[in-house]
Amino acid sequence: MVAPDPFLPQPYRVERRRRELVGAVTLELAPLVGARPDFAPGQFNMLYVFGVGEVAISLSGDAERGTTFVHTVRNVGAVSGALTRLEVGASVGVRGPFGRGWPLTGAEGADLLLVAGGLGLAPLRPALYAILARRERYGRVLIMVGSRSPEDILYRRELEHWRRRPDLEVLLTVDHADADWHGHVGVVPALIPHAGLDPARTLALVCGPEVMMRFAANALLAAGIGPGRIHLSMERNMKCAVGQCGHCQFGPFFVCKDGPVLGLDRIGGILAVPEI
Amino acid sequence: MDALPTATAAVLDRDGLQALIEALAARGFRVCGPVVRDAAIVYDEISGVADLPAGWTDRQAPGRYRLERRADQALFGFAAVPQAWKRFLHPPVETLWRVRQGEDGMLFSSAVETAPRYAFLGVRACDLRAIAIQDRVFCADDCRDDAYERRRRDAFIVALNCSEAGDTCFCVSMGTGPRAEGAFDLALTELLDASRHEFLVEVGSAAGEELLAGLPRRTATEPDRAAAASVVARTAGRMGRSLETAGLQELLESNPEHPRWDEVAERCLACANCTMVCPTCFCTTLEDHSDLSGGSAERVRLWDSCFTLDFSYIHGGSVRQTDKGRYRQWMTHKLATWFDQFGSSGCVGCGRCITWCPVGIDITEEAAAIRATPHIQGGDHG
Amino acid sequence: MDSLEEILGRHPFFAGFEAGHGRLVAGCARNLRFAAGQYLFREGDPADEFFLIRHGKVALELVEPGRPPVVFATLGAGEIVGASWLLPPYRWRLAARAVEPTRAIGIDAACLRGKCEADHHLGYEMMKRFLPILVERLQATRLQLLDVYGKH
Repeated sequence: MVAPDPFLPQPYRVERRRRELVGAVTLELAPLVGARPDFAPGQFNMLYVFGVGEVAISLSGDAERGTTFVHTVRNVGAVSGALTRLEVGASVGVRGPFGRGWPLTGAEGADLLLVAGGLGLAPLRPALYAILARRERYGRVLIMVGSRSPEDILYRRELEHWRRRPDLEVLLTVDHADADWHGHVGVVPALIPHAGLDPARTLALVCGPEVMMRFAANALLAAGIGPGRIHLSMERNMKCAVGQCGHCQFGPFFVCKDGPVLGLDRIGGILAVPEI
Repeated sequence: MDALPTATAAVLDRDGLQALIEALAARGFRVCGPVVRDAAIVYDEISGVADLPAGWTDRQAPGRYRLERRADQALFGFAAVPQAWKRFLHPPVETLWRVRQGEDGMLFSSAVETAPRYAFLGVRACDLRAIAIQDRVFCADDCRDDAYERRRRDAFIVALNCSEAGDTCFCVSMGTGPRAEGAFDLALTELLDASRHEFLVEVGSAAGEELLAGLPRRTATEPDRAAAASVVARTAGRMGRSLETAGLQELLESNPEHPRWDEVAERCLACANCTMVCPTCFCTTLEDHSDLSGGSAERVRLWDSCFTLDFSYIHGGSVRQTDKGRYRQWMTHKLATWFDQFGSSGCVGCGRCITWCPVGIDITEEAAAIRATPHIQGGDHG
Repeated sequence: MDSLEEILGRHPFFAGFEAGHGRLVAGCARNLRFAAGQYLFREGDPADEFFLIRHGKVALELVEPGRPPVVFATLGAGEIVGASWLLPPYRWRLAARAVEPTRAIGIDAACLRGKCEADHHLGYEMMKRFLPILVERLQATRLQLLDVYGKH
């Protein structure tokens, strides 16, 4: 088979649409022809809206189940806004999947800590699905989710469902709340020192706003976890998604193809340098 | 300087060079070479030796480029021209695909047009290396740009061992010239003195050998080879600039907060000229256009520059807001992180970025300034 | 029943504390229980005690007129509540409310301040434990201020 042209989108159709939060929806996209390609947790697609443009959106569905691509999109620009307004049946162009995802292969036996901030939970969800599908292969599994307020918690019903599992520790925290909220209040990195992590066994997967990831990385390092066991999903301007347009450079890395998931051992030196 | 290798070599006179151009055209190549246009020497389509810039040279300096008459009738007696061969192999504007709304959804179709088969006459050593560097970007194992690869594969390259070095040239420092090394079909050295005007031709490929066999020529003698070697040696001795490359990658990657970046940012206009003339800069942007009726749309790929504010835009703002951040990105990428990405420097020492910078910023001077006082700020005391 | 001194020694705040110092602090301590919804203290109250949480969860609140109280942090087992007892005028600048049934140790502020004045080694050990916590909270507050999840 000839490798598909990586620049040419494939036609998909919106199969399902679910409103998640104010300005954020989850779309299920089904290919018009053939089956959706396989993807790995942490990878992303380029989604094209007719006549508007294209934007990189992480995959947030179950890689091992379903026949669609699942994407949670927040309205933060022209293209993402157009995506959030698509109705069931609408047409979408899809290129992908692209990039390197979470380092789950080889993580057998490890304690896994997933740290999500805001919509950063979306690219971590496929990792959690994959982990739960073979839960017995891992030690402790914790997921820490930070949100702005209780109303802004993504996938809240699913998180509540997971919270009832005895083999999964779900810690939710919000930046601000009123007295009705009985969960944690505070930033998500503040949960890390009190989680009783075993630094030698823990592998940390972190996704969220870059500042939050820096704070989380520092808290993880302070907890004794080595930089090689801390992985961040970076965001830069993705245009071509195959390392040829140059836009997503982050120091020596093309975030689109070397990342988006990069180990802190590789990026720790440039993470806090302004404008890198 | 060693004598040129004893591989197949011949000598052409001007008529032989004319025959070379005609033979390439007869084989269906669109032959491109240097011509004088708009007070500059540029690469464009040629039909014969008469199109070449006989008797012209250029005077280059930071922020300055002027054509001048030579005392002789040299055809290749000039240094790097404003635009390298990049614009043929990696076009500034390229429509990638078109899409229209069908009954069931969008219908995408590739719009990449078949490019002509190019023959490039006079690919200077630095530009030959630049092509090899762009090959690594566009013909990577994990993702190939098929259109680029086709244009590249089809191209016939007549390289040029330089007989002239400009004031902004530093290929010797970069190890890229002035002798053309690498993948070419034929390589010329212009041999010009009071007694003759000839071209030593070396063969670099079977296609080159086949073409040469049909041209009026004579066999190269030892004195011809020695003359060609001395042309290259003379050019090597006339570099206008130099750049110390030892440890440069580590130096730049470890000095992101050097005060020199602030200093150069005060002069830099962020005009993007350096990236447009650079023969290795490969960055592009993608634009989506639709027609007024909304029935069809297309995606166009255009050269882009890391000096634009938009280049690093992520929702909320651009990562590199300042000229400092953008100049640092460009130069650090070119001279340092390029090694991490593609295994070589991204600079071939052609000097175009120096010549065409409207305020004369000199990459060799900037690198030397950082080398002179490394680790003034930043470093390990965070 | 464990002695207060033993309970204190197991609290992460006093990890590695010298036994002699532990005895001195225990002399100022008492066991406390708070029902869910009960306030440990309210804004403006005298800051005459500081708290080490053993079990449960405590919310730190600020009140704006005309609005329900805003919770800006919660603290749980192993954490400490309160810093205003260290600084004149020794008044709480926020309220602390038990979100769940909470067990804590209260340490009498005047008693502890007096012992720290009398024994600067003890005072320094206390400061070494306090300062990192305050710095961490300051940094968390900075991150909170950035409102990173908000739409830019």
